[in-house]
Amino acid sequence: MSLPVKGYEPNIKSYLQPEYRLEIRDDTCIRCGVCTRQCTYGVLSLDEEADRIVADHVKCVNCNRCVLFCPTNSIIVTRPPLSHRDNANWTPGDIYTLCKQAETGGVMLTGMGNPRDFPIYWDKLLLNASQVTNPSIDPLREPMELRTYLGRKPDFVKFDPETCDVSGEMGPHLRLETPIMFSAMSYGSVSLHIHHALAMATKRFGTFWNTGEGGLHPTLYKYGANTIVQCASGRFGVHSDYLNAGAAVEIKIGQGAKPGIGGHLPGEKVSLDVSQTRMIPEGTDALSPAPHHDIYSIEDLSQLVHAIKEATDWKKPVAVKIAAVHNSAAIASGIVRAGADIVALDGLRGATGAAPTIIRDNVGIPIELATAAVDARLREEGIRNRASVVIAGGIRNSADIIKAIALGADAIYCATPALVAMGCQVCQRCYTGKCPWGITTTDPYIMKRINPYIAAERVHNLLKAWSMEMKEMLGGMGVNSIESLRGNRLHLRGVGLNSEELRILGVKHAGD
Amino acid sequence: MTASSKVGKGDKAKPVEIDAAELLYQDLNHKVKLAAWEQGAQHIILRNVCGQRYIGTGVDRNISIDVHGTPGNDLAAFGNGPRITVFGNAQDGCGNTMNEGSVVVHGHAGDIAGYAMRGGSIFVRDDVGYRVGIHMKEYMDKIPKLVIGGTAQDFLGEYMAGGIILVLGLTPEEGALQKADHIATGMHGGTIYIRGKVDPHQLGIDVEQLEMEQCDIRTVETLVESYVSFFKEDASKGKPLDASDILSGKFIKLRPLSKRPYAKIYAY
Repeated sequence: MSLPVKGYEPNIKSYLQPEYRLEIRDDTCIRCGVCTRQCTYGVLSLDEEADRIVADHVKCVNCNRCVLFCPTNSIIVTRPPLSHRDNANWTPGDIYTLCKQAETGGVMLTGMGNPRDFPIYWDKLLLNASQVTNPSIDPLREPMELRTYLGRKPDFVKFDPETCDVSGEMGPHLRLETPIMFSAMSYGSVSLHIHHALAMATKRFGTFWNTGEGGLHPTLYKYGANTIVQCASGRFGVHSDYLNAGAAVEIKIGQGAKPGIGGHLPGEKVSLDVSQTRMIPEGTDALSPAPHHDIYSIEDLSQLVHAIKEATDWKKPVAVKIAAVHNSAAIASGIVRAGADIVALDGLRGATGAAPTIIRDNVGIPIELATAAVDARLREEGIRNRASVVIAGGIRNSADIIKAIALGADAIYCATPALVAMGCQVCQRCYTGKCPWGITTTDPYIMKRINPYIAAERVHNLLKAWSMEMKEMLGGMGVNSIESLRGNRLHLRGVGLNSEELRILGVKHAGD
Repeated sequence: MTASSKVGKGDKAKPVEIDAAELLYQDLNHKVKLAAWEQGAQHIILRNVCGQRYIGTGVDRNISIDVHGTPGNDLAAFGNGPRITVFGNAQDGCGNTMNEGSVVVHGHAGDIAGYAMRGGSIFVRDDVGYRVGIHMKEYMDKIPKLVIGGTAQDFLGEYMAGGIILVLGLTPEEGALQKADHIATGMHGGTIYIRGKVDPHQLGIDVEQLEMEQCDIRTVETLVESYVSFFKEDASKGKPLDASDILSGKFIKLRPLSKRPYAKIYAY
């Protein structure tokens, strides 16, 4: 017997078990149908004959949209009871993936950041606080500085004691009122309303958001002063006006969720508006090649950095973003020497709108280790001043930010917290384009679920809350400026870390 | 910094000449920008160019720039308006991510000419290097055109998403095989026309070879006529260029099989 010929598509019965199970309380359900309209995956429907809501469990992604919108709280999402025999090696997830691949022959896709049980070093680092000597500071009563400047700092400064003037060769800088920026999320992977919300929130707070590689919608040019525009290998929507519209330009080499591979925006998501912004025809796959084909070396990177500087008349800082991988420190050194003003590092936990699961879950290194290694390397080489370091991938709260800055980062990028602030439940199905929360979709019907003004308010609130918390932590340490914390690892102690981890992080163990 | 423009402010009619000898690229490009922006020059002539990069980048005006010598990499990168003529060879990355304008090279061009270009045109009299026209794209009325008089190396039109590439094959012996392998690998938009012989094994798997239709012939005719008008006076050619001679050759047309090449590789 031979294998079927190419093109023969047998009707394969699906062995996929539902991952989730919906329980609908019939006694409290009022049959209003809200859940059936809110679900974008077609899980719920009203069976009019039986007069009850029925669920197609296998389609449920556990996004909680129906749960939170049911007016009588009649829906809960649970796990199917004991789907497989207990097995520490073969988890239900492994079996599910295998079945799906056997049925489709496709690469498994996913969204958001790496969910696996790798060490989270943030949780193994503890902060210091002042006691008795160097008294702590109350940020509610005393000035506390979070302002951060990103860009190249001069090798030397001259101080004139007569006039008290400080002079040195200063390049263009970004001025942040808090060391928090929002990472690149392209228009197409997220809806235009998300871009609007991020732009409004960052403008109001005095920080920056990043366009991602999908261009900048014409209605967003007015937020240029708070926008970092990205130039990735696909060069979508990249032209002179775009490069000059932003406050800085970021060259995207890699992304923490998918180091080494490019982005693919599927044709279904390339709607009319997305096509106008990316400047490609509607409905075509938007493929970003894995490398930039004009960059095969550090010298070539330098060439693109300077091409962008020429195109922007040397008025904008240029950032280079890489995924944190094994040799990040050496690569970062090359990036700085190539002339970048900002190095952006995106770690193992960095999220994505779509990436092959196998890549997201297995490639890269934790950002905490990469941050410490890059900062140490740049200091050793005496070039730390030439570029700012912005880290991303796995920032969950303001303490993570404080720890990142103590490990040597100048500022952080985060994206998942902003999306969660807007409603995201981290269900990891961004790649479907059907986000029931209206975030990672370009469907005009679904994207209306995000009101950009309310979303901006929520994101602004997050910035405000985190900034206040950071001031409290700084005050507790007895420092009144984020500058005093930068790279100051004496404010950190490790718990439960081995000596190798402590060496790389450059911190002492608690008690030491 | 010895070079200076030879005309006074406001004299738009006369070309502005800039001596590029011993100028760093940043200084040279600064002079070009000043001439274009502040003097309002419509025509700038650069002499003694020797490897300076990014000529025409960031100028963003619809002016002509003549380059005498050898411009460096990324000529007209992010180009948005200037019409650049090179009397010499262009190096790598010419027309990188170009949006508008043109580059006419009286000689050869290096690798990745026309990378990700979205608009405008590039005419190269002779041969080009590897991965030329990679990821060219088009958008509405912006349909970039890349015309190569000689031959191209491997991966011509890789990832091509739009626009037109025309290879005239004038440099090899008549009837000889085109040099490039892996032509149009990953192509998902646009059209490639090649005059001369191409073996099927030289093509990527994502394309099909089609017969020339009437509209293709018209497109090729227009481009060939422009090519001839640009280069007919070049003395380096043995016999004068003639459009009808060129057009009498056999052309092949390559189109992508799908504009969704990755639609089926994922499990949704």
